[in-house]
Amino acid sequence: MAPFEFAFFRNGLAVATIAGGLCGLVGVYVVLRGMSYIGHGLSHAIFGGFAASALLGVNYFLGAGVWGFASALMINRITRRRVIGSDAAIGVITTASFALGLALFAVFGNNGAGSFDAALFGSILGVGAEDVVAITLVAVFAVAVIFLRYRALLFTTFDPEVAAVSGVNLARIDALLMLVLAASILATMTVLGVTLVAATLVIPATVARMLTDSFSRMLILASIIGATSGAVGMNLSYHLDVQSGPTIVLVGATAFGIVFAFTGRQGQRRAARLDAHPEPVAVLPPPPRDTERSAV
Amino acid sequence: MLDGVTCSYGGQRVLDDVDLTIPPRQFSGIVGPSGSGRTTLLRAVTGAVRPVSGTVSRRAGLRVGYVPQVETVDWSFPVTVGECVLMARRSERPLPWPSRGEKAEVSRVLGRLGIDALAGRHIRELSGGQQQRVFIARALLGRPQLLLMDEPTSGVDVKTRHEVLHLLDDLNGDGLAIVLTTHDLNGIAAHLPHLVCLNRRVIGAGPPREVLTTEVLERTYDARLEVLQHGGMPVVVDPLASLNRSPSQGRL
Repeated sequence: MAPFEFAFFRNGLAVATIAGGLCGLVGVYVVLRGMSYIGHGLSHAIFGGFAASALLGVNYFLGAGVWGFASALMINRITRRRVIGSDAAIGVITTASFALGLALFAVFGNNGAGSFDAALFGSILGVGAEDVVAITLVAVFAVAVIFLRYRALLFTTFDPEVAAVSGVNLARIDALLMLVLAASILATMTVLGVTLVAATLVIPATVARMLTDSFSRMLILASIIGATSGAVGMNLSYHLDVQSGPTIVLVGATAFGIVFAFTGRQGQRRAARLDAHPEPVAVLPPPPRDTERSAV
Repeated sequence: MLDGVTCSYGGQRVLDDVDLTIPPRQFSGIVGPSGSGRTTLLRAVTGAVRPVSGTVSRRAGLRVGYVPQVETVDWSFPVTVGECVLMARRSERPLPWPSRGEKAEVSRVLGRLGIDALAGRHIRELSGGQQQRVFIARALLGRPQLLLMDEPTSGVDVKTRHEVLHLLDDLNGDGLAIVLTTHDLNGIAAHLPHLVCLNRRVIGAGPPREVLTTEVLERTYDARLEVLQHGGMPVVVDPLASLNRSPSQGRL
Protein backbone atom coordinates (compact mmCIF):
# COMPACT_ATOMS: atom_id res chain seq x y z
CA MET A 1 0.00 0.00 0.00
CA ALA A 2 3.02 2.28 0.33
CA PRO A 3 3.10 5.18 -0.07
CA PHE A 4 -0.67 5.64 0.35
CA GLU A 5 -0.59 4.34 3.92
CA PHE A 6 1.23 7.53 4.94
CA ALA A 7 -0.97 10.49 5.77
CA PHE A 8 1.68 12.99 4.65
CA PHE A 9 1.75 11.38 1.21
CA ARG A 10 -2.02 11.33 0.88
CA ASN A 11 -2.08 15.00 1.84
CA GLY A 12 0.76 15.78 -0.52
CA LEU A 13 -0.91 13.93 -3.36
CA ALA A 14 -4.18 15.76 -2.79
CA VAL A 15 -2.44 19.13 -2.67
CA ALA A 16 -0.28 18.41 -5.73
CA THR A 17 -3.28 17.26 -7.78
CA ILE A 18 -5.53 20.16 -6.81
CA ALA A 19 -2.66 22.65 -7.11
CA GLY A 20 -1.75 21.31 -10.54
CA GLY A 21 -5.31 21.67 -11.76
CA LEU A 22 -5.64 25.10 -10.18
CA CYS A 23 -2.41 26.43 -11.65
CA GLY A 24 -3.33 24.94 -15.03
CA LEU A 25 -6.66 26.78 -14.94
CA VAL A 26 -5.25 30.13 -13.83
CA GLY A 27 -2.25 29.65 -16.11
CA VAL A 28 -4.49 29.95 -19.18
CA TYR A 29 -5.03 33.62 -18.36
CA VAL A 30 -1.39 34.06 -17.44
CA VAL A 31 -0.02 32.79 -20.76
CA LEU A 32 -2.70 34.35 -22.97
CA ARG A 33 -2.08 37.74 -21.35
CA GLY A 34 1.65 37.41 -21.96
CA MET A 35 2.19 37.38 -18.19
CA SER A 36 4.41 34.32 -17.85
CA TYR A 37 7.17 36.43 -16.38
CA ILE A 38 4.73 37.88 -13.87
CA GLY A 39 3.85 34.40 -12.63
CA HIS A 40 7.54 33.66 -12.22
CA GLY A 41 8.23 36.94 -10.49
CA LEU A 42 5.21 36.79 -8.25
CA SER A 43 6.21 33.46 -6.75
CA HIS A 44 9.56 35.00 -5.86
CA ALA A 45 7.90 38.09 -4.46
CA ILE A 46 5.69 35.97 -2.21
CA PHE A 47 8.82 34.39 -0.76
CA GLY A 48 9.57 37.78 0.80
CA GLY A 49 6.15 37.77 2.44
CA PHE A 50 6.70 34.18 3.53
CA ALA A 51 9.90 35.15 5.35
CA ALA A 52 8.42 38.32 6.80
CA SER A 53 5.34 36.56 8.16
CA ALA A 54 7.57 33.89 9.72
CA LEU A 55 9.68 36.59 11.35
CA LEU A 56 6.69 38.53 12.66
CA GLY A 57 4.85 35.42 13.76
CA VAL A 58 1.93 36.27 11.47
CA ASN A 59 -0.15 33.51 9.90
CA TYR A 60 1.68 32.41 6.76
CA PHE A 61 -1.34 32.50 4.45
CA LEU A 62 -2.38 35.92 5.70
CA GLY A 63 1.04 37.58 5.71
CA ALA A 64 2.37 36.13 2.48
CA GLY A 65 -1.08 36.47 0.90
CA VAL A 66 -1.32 40.20 1.53
CA TRP A 67 2.28 40.61 0.39
CA GLY A 68 1.65 38.60 -2.75
CA PHE A 69 -1.58 40.40 -3.63
CA ALA A 70 0.07 43.80 -3.18
CA SER A 71 2.99 42.69 -5.37
CA ALA A 72 0.61 41.33 -8.00
CA LEU A 73 -1.35 44.57 -8.16
CA MET A 74 1.85 46.58 -8.45
CA ILE A 75 3.19 44.31 -11.20
CA ASN A 76 -0.08 44.40 -13.09
CA ARG A 77 -0.27 48.18 -12.86
CA ILE A 78 3.24 48.55 -14.22
CA THR A 79 2.52 46.11 -17.05
CA ARG A 80 -0.67 47.88 -18.06
CA ARG A 81 0.74 51.39 -17.89
CA ARG A 82 4.25 50.69 -19.09
CA VAL A 83 5.51 53.42 -16.79
CA ILE A 84 8.94 51.92 -17.24
CA GLY A 85 9.92 48.75 -19.05
CA SER A 86 7.61 46.14 -17.52
CA ASP A 87 10.14 43.31 -17.56
CA ALA A 88 12.70 45.48 -15.81
CA ALA A 89 10.15 46.71 -13.28
CA ILE A 90 8.93 43.19 -12.51
CA GLY A 91 12.53 42.05 -12.16
CA VAL A 92 13.28 44.79 -9.67
CA ILE A 93 10.14 44.36 -7.55
CA THR A 94 10.14 40.59 -7.37
CA THR A 95 13.84 39.92 -7.01
CA ALA A 96 14.06 42.63 -4.35
CA SER A 97 11.24 40.92 -2.48
CA PHE A 98 12.94 37.53 -2.91
CA ALA A 99 16.26 38.97 -1.73
CA LEU A 100 14.52 40.47 1.29
CA GLY A 101 13.16 37.02 2.12
CA LEU A 102 16.63 35.49 1.87
CA ALA A 103 18.10 38.23 4.05
CA LEU A 104 15.39 37.83 6.69
CA PHE A 105 15.99 34.08 6.82
CA ALA A 106 19.75 34.64 7.05
CA VAL A 107 19.53 37.20 9.87
CA PHE A 108 16.63 35.89 11.93
CA GLY A 109 16.42 32.22 10.96
CA ASN A 110 13.25 30.55 9.80
CA ASN A 111 11.46 31.10 13.12
CA GLY A 112 9.54 27.87 12.78
CA ALA A 113 8.36 28.57 9.25
CA GLY A 114 9.66 25.25 7.97
CA SER A 115 12.57 24.16 5.85
CA PHE A 116 14.28 26.78 3.73
CA ASP A 117 14.85 24.21 0.96
CA ALA A 118 11.20 23.15 1.12
CA ALA A 119 10.13 26.76 0.56
CA LEU A 120 12.38 27.01 -2.47
CA PHE A 121 11.87 23.60 -4.06
CA GLY A 122 8.80 22.11 -2.39
CA SER A 123 8.39 19.10 -0.17
CA ILE A 124 5.61 16.66 0.57
CA LEU A 125 6.92 16.22 4.10
CA GLY A 126 5.66 19.63 5.10
CA VAL A 127 2.16 19.11 3.77
CA GLY A 128 -0.52 18.79 6.39
CA ALA A 129 -4.29 18.53 6.44
CA GLU A 130 -4.52 22.34 6.75
CA ASP A 131 -2.71 22.66 3.41
CA VAL A 132 -5.30 20.38 1.80
CA VAL A 133 -8.06 22.57 3.18
CA ALA A 134 -6.28 25.75 2.05
CA ILE A 135 -5.69 24.59 -1.53
CA THR A 136 -9.25 23.29 -1.76
CA LEU A 137 -10.66 26.62 -0.63
CA VAL A 138 -8.45 28.52 -3.08
CA ALA A 139 -9.45 26.16 -5.89
CA VAL A 140 -13.15 26.63 -5.14
CA PHE A 141 -12.64 30.41 -5.03
CA ALA A 142 -10.72 30.40 -8.34
CA VAL A 143 -13.29 28.24 -10.12
CA ALA A 144 -16.10 30.42 -8.79
CA VAL A 145 -14.40 33.61 -10.00
CA ILE A 146 -13.67 32.15 -13.43
CA PHE A 147 -17.20 30.74 -13.72
CA LEU A 148 -19.00 33.89 -12.62
CA ARG A 149 -16.70 36.39 -14.37
CA TYR A 150 -16.02 34.27 -17.45
CA ARG A 151 -17.02 36.84 -20.05
CA ALA A 152 -15.24 39.77 -18.40
CA LEU A 153 -12.02 37.78 -17.88
CA LEU A 154 -12.07 36.52 -21.46
CA PHE A 155 -12.86 39.96 -22.90
CA THR A 156 -10.13 41.74 -20.91
CA THR A 157 -7.63 39.05 -21.86
CA PHE A 158 -8.43 39.24 -25.57
CA ASP A 159 -9.11 42.94 -26.08
CA PRO A 160 -8.87 45.05 -22.91
CA GLU A 161 -9.50 48.40 -24.58
CA VAL A 162 -12.79 47.39 -26.17
CA ALA A 163 -13.77 45.50 -23.02
CA ALA A 164 -13.45 48.74 -21.08
CA VAL A 165 -15.52 50.63 -23.64
CA SER A 166 -18.13 47.85 -23.42
CA GLY A 167 -18.61 48.46 -19.73
CA VAL A 168 -16.16 45.99 -18.19
CA ASN A 169 -14.33 47.45 -15.21
CA LEU A 170 -10.78 46.70 -16.30
CA ALA A 171 -9.08 47.62 -13.03
CA ARG A 172 -11.49 45.50 -10.98
CA ILE A 173 -11.17 42.45 -13.23
CA ASP A 174 -7.37 42.73 -13.28
CA ALA A 175 -7.33 43.00 -9.49
CA LEU A 176 -9.60 39.96 -9.20
CA LEU A 177 -7.33 37.92 -11.46
CA MET A 178 -4.26 39.04 -9.52
CA LEU A 179 -5.96 37.99 -6.29
CA VAL A 180 -6.70 34.53 -7.73
CA LEU A 181 -3.15 34.28 -9.07
CA ALA A 182 -1.53 35.30 -5.78
CA ALA A 183 -3.76 32.93 -3.79
CA SER A 184 -3.00 30.07 -6.18
CA ILE A 185 0.75 30.58 -5.96
CA LEU A 186 0.57 30.92 -2.20
CA ALA A 187 -1.37 27.71 -1.70
CA THR A 188 0.85 25.84 -4.15
CA MET A 189 4.22 26.90 -2.76
CA THR A 190 4.34 24.23 -0.05
CA VAL A 191 4.47 21.41 -2.57
CA LEU A 192 6.16 23.00 -5.55
CA GLY A 193 8.40 25.60 -4.00
CA VAL A 194 9.01 29.19 -5.01
CA THR A 195 11.30 28.45 -7.91
CA LEU A 196 9.02 26.02 -9.70
CA VAL A 197 5.50 27.39 -9.25
CA ALA A 198 5.75 29.44 -12.44
CA ALA A 199 6.31 26.29 -14.49
CA THR A 200 3.00 24.82 -13.34
CA LEU A 201 1.27 28.02 -14.42
CA VAL A 202 2.86 28.06 -17.85
CA ILE A 203 3.39 24.44 -18.95
CA PRO A 204 -0.18 23.03 -18.74
CA ALA A 205 -1.65 26.12 -20.42
CA THR A 206 0.94 26.03 -23.18
CA VAL A 207 0.36 22.32 -23.80
CA ALA A 208 -3.41 22.92 -23.85
CA ARG A 209 -2.97 25.79 -26.30
CA MET A 210 -1.11 23.48 -28.66
CA LEU A 211 -4.02 21.03 -28.53
CA THR A 212 -6.99 23.33 -29.11
CA ASP A 213 -8.20 26.56 -30.69
CA SER A 214 -11.11 26.86 -28.26
CA PHE A 215 -10.78 28.99 -25.15
CA SER A 216 -13.23 26.97 -23.05
CA ARG A 217 -11.59 23.69 -24.05
CA MET A 218 -8.20 25.21 -23.25
CA LEU A 219 -9.37 25.93 -19.69
CA ILE A 220 -10.53 22.34 -19.23
CA LEU A 221 -7.48 20.75 -20.87
CA ALA A 222 -5.00 22.88 -18.92
CA SER A 223 -6.70 21.93 -15.65
CA ILE A 224 -6.60 18.23 -16.51
CA ILE A 225 -2.97 18.36 -17.66
CA GLY A 226 -1.97 20.28 -14.54
CA ALA A 227 -3.78 17.93 -12.18
CA THR A 228 -2.37 14.85 -13.92
CA SER A 229 1.16 16.27 -13.80
CA GLY A 230 0.70 16.94 -10.09
CA ALA A 231 -0.57 13.44 -9.32
CA VAL A 232 1.99 11.60 -11.46
CA GLY A 233 4.82 13.86 -10.33
CA MET A 234 3.99 13.36 -6.67
CA ASN A 235 4.07 9.57 -7.04
CA LEU A 236 7.35 9.72 -8.91
CA SER A 237 8.71 12.05 -6.27
CA TYR A 238 8.14 9.37 -3.61
CA HIS A 239 9.49 6.45 -5.62
CA LEU A 240 12.52 8.28 -7.02
CA ASP A 241 13.22 10.07 -3.75
CA VAL A 242 13.40 13.42 -5.52
CA GLN A 243 11.78 16.62 -4.30
CA SER A 244 8.15 16.98 -5.35
CA GLY A 245 8.54 20.30 -7.18
CA PRO A 246 11.11 19.15 -9.74
CA THR A 247 9.31 15.87 -10.50
CA ILE A 248 5.95 17.57 -11.06
CA VAL A 249 7.54 20.12 -13.35
CA LEU A 250 9.48 17.43 -15.23
CA VAL A 251 6.28 15.44 -15.80
CA GLY A 252 4.68 18.59 -17.24
CA ALA A 253 7.74 19.29 -19.36
CA THR A 254 7.61 15.73 -20.70
CA ALA A 255 3.97 16.24 -21.66
CA PHE A 256 4.99 19.44 -23.39
CA GLY A 257 7.69 17.62 -25.35
CA ILE A 258 5.33 14.85 -26.44
CA VAL A 259 2.56 17.23 -27.53
CA PHE A 260 5.07 19.52 -29.20
CA ALA A 261 6.37 16.58 -31.24
CA PHE A 262 2.97 15.16 -32.17
CA THR A 263 1.01 18.32 -32.94
CA GLY A 264 3.73 19.45 -35.33
CA ARG A 265 3.45 22.80 -37.03
CA GLN A 266 -0.18 23.27 -36.04
CA GLY A 267 0.63 23.08 -32.36
CA GLN A 268 3.68 25.27 -32.74
CA ARG A 269 1.68 27.87 -34.67
CA ARG A 270 -0.99 27.94 -31.99
CA ALA A 271 1.56 28.48 -29.23
CA ALA A 272 3.79 30.79 -31.22
CA ARG A 273 2.40 34.05 -29.81
CA LEU A 274 2.07 33.06 -26.19
CA ASP A 275 5.05 35.17 -25.23
CA ALA A 276 3.52 38.27 -26.77
CA HIS A 277 3.04 41.08 -24.29
CA PRO A 278 -0.40 42.63 -24.06
CA GLU A 279 -0.97 46.03 -25.55
CA PRO A 280 -0.60 48.68 -22.89
CA VAL A 281 -3.97 49.95 -21.80
CA ALA A 282 -4.34 52.71 -19.30
CA VAL A 283 -6.52 51.97 -16.32
CA LEU A 284 -9.65 53.75 -17.32
CA PRO A 285 -11.12 56.74 -15.60
CA PRO A 286 -14.89 56.85 -15.22
CA PRO A 287 -16.66 57.36 -18.55
CA PRO A 288 -17.57 60.88 -19.58
CA ARG A 289 -20.51 62.11 -17.63
CA ASP A 290 -23.87 61.78 -19.26
CA THR A 291 -25.66 65.00 -19.88
CA GLU A 292 -28.95 65.98 -21.31
CA ARG A 293 -27.42 67.71 -24.32
CA SER A 294 -29.31 67.21 -27.50
CA ALA A 295 -26.25 66.29 -29.52
CA VAL A 296 -25.00 62.70 -29.59
CA MET B 1 -19.77 66.55 -27.51
CA LEU B 2 -16.11 67.66 -27.21
CA ASP B 3 -15.80 71.12 -25.73
CA GLY B 4 -12.31 72.62 -25.64
CA VAL B 5 -10.75 69.19 -25.17
CA THR B 6 -7.00 69.00 -24.70
CA CYS B 7 -5.28 65.64 -24.24
CA SER B 8 -1.60 65.00 -23.67
CA TYR B 9 0.74 62.05 -23.24
CA GLY B 10 3.77 62.65 -21.06
CA GLY B 11 3.33 66.39 -21.23
CA GLN B 12 3.10 66.47 -25.02
CA ARG B 13 -0.19 67.74 -26.38
CA VAL B 14 -1.91 65.38 -28.75
CA LEU B 15 -5.23 67.22 -28.93
CA ASP B 16 -5.37 70.95 -28.37
CA ASP B 17 -8.62 72.74 -27.59
CA VAL B 18 -10.79 70.57 -29.81
CA ASP B 19 -14.46 71.44 -30.21
CA LEU B 20 -16.54 68.86 -32.01
CA THR B 21 -20.19 67.87 -32.04
CA ILE B 22 -21.49 64.71 -33.65
CA PRO B 23 -25.18 64.94 -34.46
CA PRO B 24 -27.34 61.80 -34.46
CA ARG B 25 -27.11 59.68 -37.64
CA GLN B 26 -24.03 61.52 -38.91
CA PHE B 27 -21.43 59.56 -40.90
CA SER B 28 -18.16 61.34 -40.37
CA GLY B 29 -14.50 60.70 -41.09
CA ILE B 30 -11.47 62.09 -39.31
CA VAL B 31 -8.36 62.59 -41.41
CA GLY B 32 -4.95 63.89 -40.50
CA PRO B 33 -1.27 62.97 -40.53
CA SER B 34 0.35 60.47 -38.17
CA GLY B 35 0.37 61.88 -34.65
CA SER B 36 -2.47 64.28 -35.40
CA GLY B 37 -4.58 62.87 -32.57
CA ARG B 38 -7.17 60.88 -34.56
CA THR B 39 -7.10 57.78 -32.36
CA THR B 40 -6.81 59.88 -29.22
CA LEU B 41 -9.94 61.75 -30.24
CA LEU B 42 -11.86 58.48 -30.53
CA ARG B 43 -10.46 57.28 -27.22
CA ALA B 44 -11.46 60.55 -25.57
CA VAL B 45 -15.02 59.96 -26.76
CA THR B 46 -15.04 56.40 -25.38
CA GLY B 47 -13.61 57.56 -22.05
CA ALA B 48 -10.36 55.64 -22.42
CA VAL B 49 -8.40 58.91 -22.38
CA ARG B 50 -9.14 61.60 -19.85
CA PRO B 51 -8.70 65.16 -21.17
CA VAL B 52 -6.34 67.43 -19.25
CA SER B 53 -8.79 70.22 -19.92
CA GLY B 54 -12.15 70.62 -21.56
CA THR B 55 -15.11 68.29 -21.31
CA VAL B 56 -16.44 65.29 -23.20
CA SER B 57 -20.17 64.98 -22.80
CA ARG B 58 -22.67 62.50 -24.14
CA ARG B 59 -26.41 62.35 -24.36
CA ALA B 60 -27.82 60.47 -21.39
CA GLY B 61 -28.08 56.76 -22.10
CA LEU B 62 -26.09 56.92 -25.33
CA ARG B 63 -24.74 53.51 -26.33
CA VAL B 64 -21.30 53.62 -27.96
CA GLY B 65 -19.62 50.84 -29.92
CA TYR B 66 -15.88 50.85 -30.58
CA VAL B 67 -13.98 49.02 -33.30
CA PRO B 68 -10.18 49.14 -32.82
CA GLN B 69 -7.59 48.70 -35.54
CA VAL B 70 -7.44 45.04 -36.49
CA GLU B 71 -3.65 45.16 -36.28
CA THR B 72 -3.82 45.68 -32.51
CA VAL B 73 -5.43 42.29 -31.89
CA ASP B 74 -3.81 38.89 -31.43
CA TRP B 75 -5.62 36.95 -34.15
CA SER B 76 -4.13 33.67 -32.95
CA PHE B 77 -6.09 34.00 -29.71
CA PRO B 78 -8.13 30.81 -29.15
CA VAL B 79 -11.66 32.00 -29.90
CA THR B 80 -14.14 31.44 -32.70
CA VAL B 81 -16.05 34.18 -34.46
CA GLY B 82 -19.15 33.44 -32.39
CA GLU B 83 -17.21 33.53 -29.11
CA CYS B 84 -15.52 36.77 -30.11
CA VAL B 85 -18.84 38.49 -30.80
CA LEU B 86 -20.41 37.08 -27.64
CA MET B 87 -17.78 38.81 -25.51
CA ALA B 88 -19.76 42.01 -25.93
CA ARG B 89 -23.04 40.66 -24.60
CA ARG B 90 -24.29 43.03 -21.98
CA SER B 91 -26.57 40.83 -19.90
CA GLU B 92 -25.87 40.33 -16.22
CA ARG B 93 -26.34 36.58 -16.66
CA PRO B 94 -23.62 35.02 -14.46
CA LEU B 95 -23.27 31.78 -16.43
CA PRO B 96 -20.32 31.43 -18.84
CA TRP B 97 -22.42 30.15 -21.69
CA PRO B 98 -24.89 32.35 -23.61
CA SER B 99 -28.65 32.10 -23.37
CA ARG B 100 -30.77 31.12 -26.37
CA GLY B 101 -31.72 34.75 -26.79
CA GLU B 102 -28.07 35.83 -26.84
CA LYS B 103 -27.21 33.14 -29.37
CA ALA B 104 -30.10 34.31 -31.56
CA GLU B 105 -28.92 37.92 -31.26
CA VAL B 106 -25.38 36.94 -32.33
CA SER B 107 -26.81 35.01 -35.25
CA ARG B 108 -28.91 38.01 -36.26
CA VAL B 109 -25.94 40.40 -36.13
CA LEU B 110 -23.66 38.03 -38.04
CA GLY B 111 -26.40 37.53 -40.62
CA ARG B 112 -26.80 41.30 -40.95
CA LEU B 113 -23.10 41.52 -41.82
CA GLY B 114 -23.18 38.48 -44.10
CA ILE B 115 -20.83 36.32 -42.01
CA ASP B 116 -23.25 34.02 -40.16
CA ALA B 117 -21.64 31.01 -41.88
CA LEU B 118 -18.35 31.86 -40.16
CA ALA B 119 -19.61 31.66 -36.57
CA GLY B 120 -17.73 28.44 -35.80
CA ARG B 121 -14.48 29.44 -37.50
CA HIS B 122 -11.36 30.38 -35.59
CA ILE B 123 -10.68 34.11 -36.00
CA ARG B 124 -7.23 33.42 -37.47
CA GLU B 125 -8.85 31.82 -40.52
CA LEU B 126 -10.57 35.04 -41.61
CA SER B 127 -9.64 37.48 -44.35
CA GLY B 128 -8.99 41.14 -43.51
CA GLY B 129 -12.51 42.16 -44.50
CA GLN B 130 -14.06 39.33 -42.50
CA GLN B 131 -12.00 40.29 -39.44
CA GLN B 132 -13.31 43.82 -39.74
CA ARG B 133 -16.88 42.53 -39.99
CA VAL B 134 -16.41 40.41 -36.86
CA PHE B 135 -15.31 43.48 -34.92
CA ILE B 136 -18.23 45.47 -36.27
CA ALA B 137 -20.57 42.62 -35.30
CA ARG B 138 -19.15 42.62 -31.79
CA ALA B 139 -19.72 46.36 -31.53
CA LEU B 140 -23.26 46.05 -32.93
CA LEU B 141 -24.21 43.41 -30.36
CA GLY B 142 -24.51 46.20 -27.80
CA ARG B 143 -27.00 47.96 -30.12
CA PRO B 144 -24.96 51.17 -30.23
CA GLN B 145 -26.29 54.51 -31.44
CA LEU B 146 -22.76 55.74 -32.15
CA LEU B 147 -20.07 53.55 -33.72
CA LEU B 148 -16.44 54.67 -33.45
CA MET B 149 -13.98 52.96 -35.78
CA ASP B 150 -10.21 53.32 -35.85
CA GLU B 151 -8.80 52.87 -39.36
CA PRO B 152 -11.39 50.31 -40.49
CA THR B 153 -9.84 49.94 -43.94
CA SER B 154 -6.20 49.92 -42.95
CA GLY B 155 -4.29 47.17 -44.72
CA VAL B 156 -7.21 45.82 -46.76
CA ASP B 157 -7.42 45.56 -50.54
CA VAL B 158 -9.57 47.77 -52.76
CA LYS B 159 -12.45 45.28 -53.02
CA THR B 160 -12.62 44.85 -49.23
CA ARG B 161 -12.42 48.60 -48.77
CA HIS B 162 -15.48 48.99 -51.02
CA GLU B 163 -17.34 46.27 -49.11
CA VAL B 164 -16.60 47.82 -45.73
CA LEU B 165 -17.56 51.29 -46.93
CA HIS B 166 -20.87 50.09 -48.36
CA LEU B 167 -21.60 48.08 -45.22
CA LEU B 168 -21.03 51.17 -43.09
CA ASP B 169 -23.21 53.20 -45.41
CA ASP B 170 -26.01 50.65 -44.94
CA LEU B 171 -25.62 50.76 -41.16
CA ASN B 172 -25.69 54.55 -41.25
CA GLY B 173 -28.83 54.31 -43.36
CA ASP B 174 -30.38 52.30 -40.52
CA GLY B 175 -29.83 55.27 -38.21
CA LEU B 176 -26.40 54.49 -36.73
CA ALA B 177 -24.06 57.47 -36.28
CA ILE B 178 -20.53 56.54 -37.38
CA VAL B 179 -17.20 58.25 -36.82
CA LEU B 180 -14.16 56.63 -38.37
CA THR B 181 -10.53 57.61 -38.70
CA THR B 182 -8.72 57.08 -41.95
CA HIS B 183 -5.54 58.07 -43.71
CA ASP B 184 -7.07 57.26 -47.09
CA LEU B 185 -8.16 60.61 -48.51
CA ASN B 186 -9.33 59.40 -51.93
CA GLY B 187 -10.48 55.86 -51.21
CA ILE B 188 -12.50 56.63 -48.09
CA ALA B 189 -12.57 60.25 -46.94
CA ALA B 190 -13.77 61.77 -50.22
CA HIS B 191 -16.76 59.38 -50.25
CA LEU B 192 -18.04 60.25 -46.78
CA PRO B 193 -20.81 62.78 -46.19
CA HIS B 194 -18.83 64.66 -43.55
CA LEU B 195 -15.13 65.12 -42.83
CA VAL B 196 -13.01 66.52 -40.03
CA CYS B 197 -9.43 67.53 -40.82
CA LEU B 198 -7.40 67.21 -37.66
CA ASN B 199 -3.88 68.14 -36.72
CA ARG B 200 -4.12 68.35 -32.95
CA ARG B 201 -6.72 71.03 -33.62
CA VAL B 202 -9.72 70.89 -35.89
CA ILE B 203 -8.50 72.53 -39.09
CA GLY B 204 -11.71 72.11 -41.03
CA ALA B 205 -15.02 70.29 -40.86
CA GLY B 206 -17.82 69.82 -43.33
CA PRO B 207 -18.65 67.99 -46.57
CA PRO B 208 -15.57 66.75 -48.46
CA ARG B 209 -15.97 69.19 -51.32
CA GLU B 210 -15.76 72.05 -48.81
CA VAL B 211 -13.02 70.60 -46.64
CA LEU B 212 -10.71 68.94 -49.14
CA THR B 213 -9.15 72.12 -50.39
CA THR B 214 -5.52 72.95 -50.98
CA GLU B 215 -5.48 75.44 -48.13
CA VAL B 216 -7.10 73.16 -45.51
CA LEU B 217 -4.97 70.17 -46.53
CA GLU B 218 -1.77 72.21 -46.37
CA ARG B 219 -2.62 73.33 -42.84
CA THR B 220 -3.54 69.77 -41.90
CA TYR B 221 -0.60 67.90 -43.39
CA ASP B 222 2.05 70.63 -43.49
CA ALA B 223 2.54 69.68 -47.13
CA ARG B 224 1.41 71.01 -50.47
CA LEU B 225 -1.36 68.86 -51.91
CA GLU B 226 -3.37 69.58 -55.03
CA VAL B 227 -7.09 68.93 -55.32
CA LEU B 228 -8.67 68.01 -58.63
CA GLN B 229 -12.31 67.43 -59.39
CA HIS B 230 -13.42 64.16 -60.92
CA GLY B 231 -17.11 63.40 -61.48
CA GLY B 232 -18.05 66.04 -58.94
CA MET B 233 -15.77 64.58 -56.27
CA PRO B 234 -12.49 65.96 -54.98
CA VAL B 235 -9.36 63.95 -55.76
CA VAL B 236 -6.26 64.74 -53.72
CA VAL B 237 -2.94 64.59 -55.55
CA ASP B 238 0.50 64.77 -54.00
CA PRO B 239 2.66 66.41 -56.66
CA LEU B 240 5.88 65.69 -54.80
CA ALA B 241 5.17 61.96 -54.84
CA SER B 242 5.83 61.84 -58.58
CA LEU B 243 9.40 60.94 -59.37
CA ASN B 244 9.08 62.55 -62.82
CA ARG B 245 10.97 59.76 -64.55
CA SER B 246 10.28 58.64 -68.05
CA PRO B 247 9.98 54.85 -68.62
CA SER B 248 13.37 54.89 -70.36
CA GLN B 249 14.99 56.11 -67.13
CA GLY B 250 14.20 52.81 -65.48
CA ARG B 251 12.32 52.07 -62.30
CA LEU B 252 13.22 51.95 -58.68
